[in-house]
Amino acid sequence: MSKSKRFICFTLIEILALAGMCAYGRHMAARRDAEVRAKRELVRALALTDLAIWTEARYTRHPSQADFFTAFQDFPSSLEHFPAGSIMGPSKPGSTAR
Amino acid sequence: MHRHLKILEYALTSLGRRWKKNLAIILVYAFTIAALASVLLLTHSLKTEAALILAGTPDLVVQRLSAGRHELMDTTSVDRIRAIPGVGQVAPRYWGYYYDGLTDSNFTLLGLDSAVPELRLLDGRLPAGPGECAVGAGVAEVRHNRAGDEISLIDGRNIGVIFEITGVFKAESNILTNDLIVLGQQDLIEFFNLPAERATDFSVQVHNPAEVNTVAAKIKKMLPDTRPITRSEIVRTYDAVFNWRSGMMLTIFSSALIAFCILAWDKATGISAEEKHEVGILKAIGWDTPDVLELKFWEGLVISLTAFLLGLIAAYVHVFFCGASVLATVLKGWSVLFPEFRFIPYLDLYQLFVIGFLTVTPYVACTIIPSWRTAITDPDSVMRG
Repeated sequence: MSKSKRFICFTLIEILALAGMCAYGRHMAARRDAEVRAKRELVRALALTDLAIWTEARYTRHPSQADFFTAFQDFPSSLEHFPAGSIMGPSKPGSTAR
Repeated sequence: MHRHLKILEYALTSLGRRWKKNLAIILVYAFTIAALASVLLLTHSLKTEAALILAGTPDLVVQRLSAGRHELMDTTSVDRIRAIPGVGQVAPRYWGYYYDGLTDSNFTLLGLDSAVPELRLLDGRLPAGPGECAVGAGVAEVRHNRAGDEISLIDGRNIGVIFEITGVFKAESNILTNDLIVLGQQDLIEFFNLPAERATDFSVQVHNPAEVNTVAAKIKKMLPDTRPITRSEIVRTYDAVFNWRSGMMLTIFSSALIAFCILAWDKATGISAEEKHEVGILKAIGWDTPDVLELKFWEGLVISLTAFLLGLIAAYVHVFFCGASVLATVLKGWSVLFPEFRFIPYLDLYQLFVIGFLTVTPYVACTIIPSWRTAITDPDSVMRG
């Protein structure tokens, strides 16, 4: 087989692999829809407001409930003590009504 | 068609002559795209999941602020808020934080009073009486507990209190419950030694979603020391939190971009003497300028398309099959209790096309332009250098 045909075959395999992954992704997202609904039900039942990702500080545990003086509210220049704060972007001044 | 295939054949042979250099370029290029695409896939997945599950949050959460800090809400305000037209149920929420000295981790304690329907994501049941609790999988893991065991915590009076674990939240709900301990409402009030008629905040139900902001404004006017937080603000907060432009993610993204720019700059600033010589020979043996440009186009496309596809596949595998193991360490920060991510593969094809357009096109252009300059020069002078 010539080099050009081998390259075309290789590229097609890559495209097929990627397309397969995308199709698998859509299938998995649809399959896990029930899981998402159960999580939403949990949020509603327990009246939760935030994701339990960063537990190192109050304002990283509950970014949406944090007071004004945090990196997530109206103070973009507030100094960060915790690494998690550095991956959370400040909101644009005036972008919230709070 | 046959002519194009022959030029592609020649391009592949030409690339094969410098295979070490080209392989290195493909690997660096693929790594750059993988890093960039990983960040985008991860943040898109988290943002989508957050938006979907936080759609169940209360319409309004009302907090009290005192001297710029959270203060407990006076529960006598419940009736005043309920009297606002359009407002449904107003429920005080009781919750707080607990630092666990045994494991050096922070737990979130939540008090429940009303009968909660059976939860699919809970093994066991929620606390139904005093001295009972349900815990998140992360808490159960660090304290080596399971349903039926007892867990001891130190309360607000510095006295050890023992609770029986009646349920453990399933690992699927870790993103919401990993650090959570659910107690009965009275147990929580006694545990934190909360004053009478005080709650952490209120959750407010608004019948008409279009009236949420109006109700929030009325609450703010009626109780000036409070801060109403709407559901859309909660969702928007997470949109900002996971925004791909933010902080550390941006650093990773910039590093990848800078590495790619150096690579592209190296190609754009000129072609090597050997490559110039090759173009000169091709011109001398009868190749036209368009043929030379097509050759260079194929060379650029072979490298960039291969790297782009390999990079995307690597990013997908990294994020959705390996739980973004490399980026998760960056995300983790100083959290002791950190949920294991099980990203749902929500894909934004537009995002993938944008990555493709912004990486493949400039590279191909950078390969063609210097070759075009050489190709329009007299072959004799090119070969003589």
